[in-house]
Amino acid sequence: MRAVLGGTLVSAFAVLGDVLKPKSFAGLFAAAPSVALATLSLAVIDRGTGYASIEARSMVAGAVAFCIYAAVTTRLLIRGKLSALLATGMSLLVWFGSAAAPWAMFLRSA
Amino acid sequence: MVWFGRGPVGDVLEVGVKVEVDIAALGESTWREYLVRFIFGGIITAVTGLIAKRYGPEIGGIFLAFPAIFPAAATLLEKHEKQKERSDTKARRAVAVDAAGAVLGAVGLTVFAFVVWLWLPRHAAAAVLPAATATWFLVGAALWIVLPKLSERLRTIVPRHSAAMVSERHLHARSRNRRADE
Repeated sequence: MRAVLGGTLVSAFAVLGDVLKPKSFAGLFAAAPSVALATLSLAVIDRGTGYASIEARSMVAGAVAFCIYAAVTTRLLIRGKLSALLATGMSLLVWFGSAAAPWAMFLRSA
Repeated sequence: MVWFGRGPVGDVLEVGVKVEVDIAALGESTWREYLVRFIFGGIITAVTGLIAKRYGPEIGGIFLAFPAIFPAAATLLEKHEKQKERSDTKARRAVAVDAAGAVLGAVGLTVFAFVVWLWLPRHAAAAVLPAATATWFLVGAALWIVLPKLSERLRTIVPRHSAAMVSERHLHARSRNRRADE
């Protein structure tokens, strides 16, 4: 159920990104809340709004890290001249670092 | 804001571009590519649920904004651009432009998370989740409209050390050295 809902939402937002032009606008959909919508909906049903709210609080750290991740990827592609796979793959380390830091500092004990 | 306006994001966004819907673009992807995205999306959603179950919502929540699909989507875009007989540089730039859009989408995603975090305990989930999704889109779209204009304005107010300025400085230094030698 969880996987089907997640897969459907991810595909739906990806299709929207495919048909929209220019690419910079379509790029918005690369950071769509597809996985979040599927997970939070099921969390509300299974565990209640309090549980889902805690998940959303931690998601703030992940989303800030996504901003940094995408900016670093842009930089690596333009200046570093790396392939898409290499730039996006290497930047995942940046995501992990950027997500862990604000989470540990502000959200862990919030 | 200045970093967004003048940095990696502002440099690749364009001013005054209209948004269009191109249904024909759907034909660029094969059914296998659609299937891969569906499976990837399903796997990451399932894994996020498992992480939350094992380590709690505090850890699991972080992965709600994990860019799991992004590398696959970017690689796919690069492949499509190369199929259009574009050079590696142009294909890379197309992916970079997509990634710059994702930065703005991720700012919207941050606001989405804030809205859900703060409103979910007080309001019905059926209202909060669509409202948060609308907020995500509006924030991303607003930034997409505003940032290129800001970037352009910043370029006129604070001109970056252009190649011309650098070479000019280089020429000054060379003539100074020559004078010193004489």
